[in-house]
Amino acid sequence: MTDSMHSPDRGSNEPQVRFENVQKTYDGEVLVVKDLNLAIEKGEFLTLLGPSGSGKTTTLMMLAGFESTTHGDIVLNGRSLRLVPPHKRDIGMVFQNYALFPHMTVYENLEFPLQCHKVEKTSREKKIAEALAMVELTGFERRRPAQLSGGQQQRVALARALVFEPQIVLMDEPLGALDKKLREQMQIEMKHIHQNVGLTFVYVTHDQSEALTMSDRIAVFDDGVIQQLDAPEELYERPKNAFVAQFIGENNRLNGRITELAGDVCLVELPSGHTIRALPVNVSEVGQQTTLSLRPEVVVVGAVESDGCDDIFTAVVQEQIYMGDHTRVRMEVFGHDDFVVKVPRGSSHGGLELGQEIRIGWRSGDCRALDAA
Amino acid sequence: MVATTGSHDVMRTADGVPLRIKLRRAERMRKVWAITLVAPLFLFLVVGFILPIISLLSLSIEDPDLTEGFPRTAEMFQEWDGEGFPPPEAMATFAEELAVAGRGEFGRAAKRLNYDISGFKSMVKKTARKSEELALLSPEQMLDGFIKIDKDWGDPAYWLVIKNASSYYTDYYLLWSLDLQRDKEREIVGVSPDRAIYVDVLLRTIEISFAVTLLCFLLGLPIAYLLATLPTRISNLLLILVLLPFWTSLLVRTTSWIVLLQNEGLINDAALWLGLWNEPQELIRNRFGVYVAMVHILLPFMVLPMYSVMKTINPWHMRAAASLGAPGWKAFLKVYFPQCMPGVAAGTLLVFILSLGYYITPALVGGPSDQMTSYWIVQNMGRTANWGLGAALSVVLLLLTLVMFFIYNRFVGVDRLKVN
Repeated sequence: MTDSMHSPDRGSNEPQVRFENVQKTYDGEVLVVKDLNLAIEKGEFLTLLGPSGSGKTTTLMMLAGFESTTHGDIVLNGRSLRLVPPHKRDIGMVFQNYALFPHMTVYENLEFPLQCHKVEKTSREKKIAEALAMVELTGFERRRPAQLSGGQQQRVALARALVFEPQIVLMDEPLGALDKKLREQMQIEMKHIHQNVGLTFVYVTHDQSEALTMSDRIAVFDDGVIQQLDAPEELYERPKNAFVAQFIGENNRLNGRITELAGDVCLVELPSGHTIRALPVNVSEVGQQTTLSLRPEVVVVGAVESDGCDDIFTAVVQEQIYMGDHTRVRMEVFGHDDFVVKVPRGSSHGGLELGQEIRIGWRSGDCRALDAA
Repeated sequence: MVATTGSHDVMRTADGVPLRIKLRRAERMRKVWAITLVAPLFLFLVVGFILPIISLLSLSIEDPDLTEGFPRTAEMFQEWDGEGFPPPEAMATFAEELAVAGRGEFGRAAKRLNYDISGFKSMVKKTARKSEELALLSPEQMLDGFIKIDKDWGDPAYWLVIKNASSYYTDYYLLWSLDLQRDKEREIVGVSPDRAIYVDVLLRTIEISFAVTLLCFLLGLPIAYLLATLPTRISNLLLILVLLPFWTSLLVRTTSWIVLLQNEGLINDAALWLGLWNEPQELIRNRFGVYVAMVHILLPFMVLPMYSVMKTINPWHMRAAASLGAPGWKAFLKVYFPQCMPGVAAGTLLVFILSLGYYITPALVGGPSDQMTSYWIVQNMGRTANWGLGAALSVVLLLLTLVMFFIYNRFVGVDRLKVN
């Protein structure tokens, strides 16, 4: 299968899919998708991430052809999809509930798309065998979906979406019904399968760790708008606004007001009177309200000046939760008692006690001044 | 289960009672309660349904008219081998019993003999009136005496009819209901073509039932699909419309079709006015009318099981099929329809079996050549009071229904059926 698949090709100028000013409304009053512009590169693993109702699934359904665009156009390989019905788009899809055909065996489920695409009977068998081998389900040909576990059904659904070698594979929360352990295992497998087949994967999820694990790029949706479209590490380490910072990973939020702004450092005054140095991200002027974002793991516990910390404050330990590989410590600082710090296991500051006063600090570059939302 | 040898091997509860006995005691109350709940209906079914059916069906193998009317004659004729003429003693007994038979028994016996040769009834009556003449004769003169009263007694066929009607249990009616009879040699042969009607009626019954089922399926499938895919609010409203016919009596619905379809009916008047045809068309008292009325009445029985199955089909399957490259019709045929099969099977079986027993509708809107087996059962049970033939036709209809059911079970599997 691999040899006949397209190789990743990120260098070409024309993206494989382009959403051009796409808007979508269901009831004529509320826009579910607001002026969406999105380019999907050939061969990439793109995840649409966002809370429910953010427009991510609608975007996927418009690409699949199950929902019409109210305004704007979707272009696949330079061709408008406006008048192309779903079955002619050459886009495979894995559904949240798998949508395996219960009256067909695994083999017949995989044969169905090949029949639809008029593949010769002899090469059908070969392709089905390859697809089943890829999802490690060789030998399950004669089973019916009801005789498979959830994870196995998920693999069949994936194999079925891949077996006819579509240009793009869409996935709508395909791992949502699996338990945590199986889900994490499947994430890795899907990533490997993506690397092997080299097809474009567009994946919808509300689970940020899933998105971080698998994706080349993640589009964070909220309120019908893409808040940020970036590689996982960019998103996590350099969120561009308060929503992204809060939605991806854990995050300490501190509200304050800009008192000084110069280059890549600004000073933010908190209601408690403390002033913090931070990296200005989407703030523009002095006096503006801002949300400071500080990841729990960038905070140094027991900080001294020589640690390279730009700011050091005194906090009081409120609560400790043992998580195995790290300990979550909730502290009171700046008048808030919900400041969370992660202390890795084996750290020299492991043995904290409730009520203990401790010095905490961080580099100003890790503290991001975002919009006030 | 391995038998336990000693009491030590038996599992016991804390107070020493074996576990199994304790369990049985605990379950007993529940069983008694379940039986109590079922008992009234069970008794009703036995008394009101099973026993009458058995007694009615048993009429089809009974031939009591002669054995009750002329008991001794019947006995003696049974011993006769059927060659030529019966022994003179038998004839003499027949003459005696003709003279003394009570009016009711005599009438029934004469009517029974008339089934085989028309005119036999009046011949027996005539002979009975003149039976004093026979009483004076010796056995040897008996045949001549009979022939003197009516020359037809010289034909052995008449005597054979009496013999054939002389045994209490008979296959006579069952054979009759299939247009068959036994000839002189007791071989089963077909009846003369002018008497053969019941096989035609049976085939017609199957044909009409099949056509009605097919029409119901073709009309019901889109409705059921629509009901299953529309939003619940609208589909509930439509479902009420589907169920609406159930709120009116069958007779009213059938007669309203007469009003609509008759020569001066709404449809003919409208078509004449619109110029669709120039003279009233025969829309009723023919097969067309039967189909229209029966399909209308039976359609809900097709729609409801299909709807209830379609409702359970995952609507995402159609989208999945489309994403895999199947155009709408192919997705429907290959993915959606096979999953409807339990409902389709239940609906078609229901409509077919109900059609097999239809009586009122064909009787009211059909012509003479559209009457089904049920019509002839009613005819024989009612008008001509031929209970044996009526019961035999019922047996044939019941067997046909069972055969259809088993054929169906063979191909579809009744355990896969789904009704509401």
